[in-house]
Amino acid sequence: MSFRWRKSLFVLSAAAFFAFYLWGLRGLPGLGHYPGPYGDIINAVVVSERHVTDAVTAVNFDYRGFDTLGEEFILFASVMGAMVLLRKSEDEEIDPPLDFAPDRVAPPMSDAVHLLGFLLAGPLLVFGLYTVTHGQLTPGGGFQGGVILASVPLMIYLSADYECFCRITSHTLAEVAEAAAAGGFALLGLIALLFGLPYLQNFLPLGETGNVASGGSIALISFLTGMEVAAGFVLLMMVFFSEAFVLRAIGEDKPEKKRKAR
Amino acid sequence: MIVLHAAILIFVALAGTAVVLTRNPLSQVIGLTFYGLLLALMFFVFQAPDVAFSQIVVGAVALPLMVLLALAKIRNREVKQRMHHER
Repeated sequence: MSFRWRKSLFVLSAAAFFAFYLWGLRGLPGLGHYPGPYGDIINAVVVSERHVTDAVTAVNFDYRGFDTLGEEFILFASVMGAMVLLRKSEDEEIDPPLDFAPDRVAPPMSDAVHLLGFLLAGPLLVFGLYTVTHGQLTPGGGFQGGVILASVPLMIYLSADYECFCRITSHTLAEVAEAAAAGGFALLGLIALLFGLPYLQNFLPLGETGNVASGGSIALISFLTGMEVAAGFVLLMMVFFSEAFVLRAIGEDKPEKKRKAR
Repeated sequence: MIVLHAAILIFVALAGTAVVLTRNPLSQVIGLTFYGLLLALMFFVFQAPDVAFSQIVVGAVALPLMVLLALAKIRNREVKQRMHHER
């Protein structure tokens, strides 16, 4: 396809898209004028029906819990996919990493980054746990808290080094936690079936509105989601780190040097 | 409030365009991080704190990290191939 042909094709389709886009914009409701009934209904009934003050969490983990289960497994499958693609196979050729500038010493980490990382790691851990466990009361929940928790080892890596990151994370533990949490979510739905209720129906006592222990299975699903998301992100970090970093560490190792010498 | 809404929308549009127009992947990642933070701010301004939460971590930490690590890996291989050719 020649350049002129491609260009005219682009201009034509862009014009068509823009026309449809403008036409679609005309039908949009004004800012702040929500037209659908569902949001209003949820807002009106969520506190009395589920004893939960954050409607978003109630929708995610209860009213459309089955959709969230699917989303959860999207994350699960993509983490698995990344791990399968980046796995170390027996016959894989490992090219030893090169030091691009062996005559230059890497500048030391600035004290400010050190300090900020160490100061942030603790509060971030607490904040992540708070976000996971208080999803039914305030904005947040499993997914949000999970990603906050996963950024804690990252803070430690930034303020310390890769070795420290390896010490505080465990591949096996992350794998088990991710699988157990994802499986637990699906299993929780099955337990509802045992009581003769629809799949993933909220079957636990709802508790008192405003308490941490409220919302029935919402809090439990939120916790499991937090565990799955945190473990999944940590796993992703570990496989990506090992691709980009460990090879360099091996290059400075003695056995690797021997092989080079031969 | 209208001014705030309009301002953040314009900023997001500008940052998004800047990310698309940046050709160097490394600078693009830095731009993407900034764009992610702006997006989180936009979600917050439009009263979606739940989404803003995840956007901050995913858009400003996780995604740039993955891209940066992938870039580091690619660059390692490229330099090695170049050195191989020169030899």
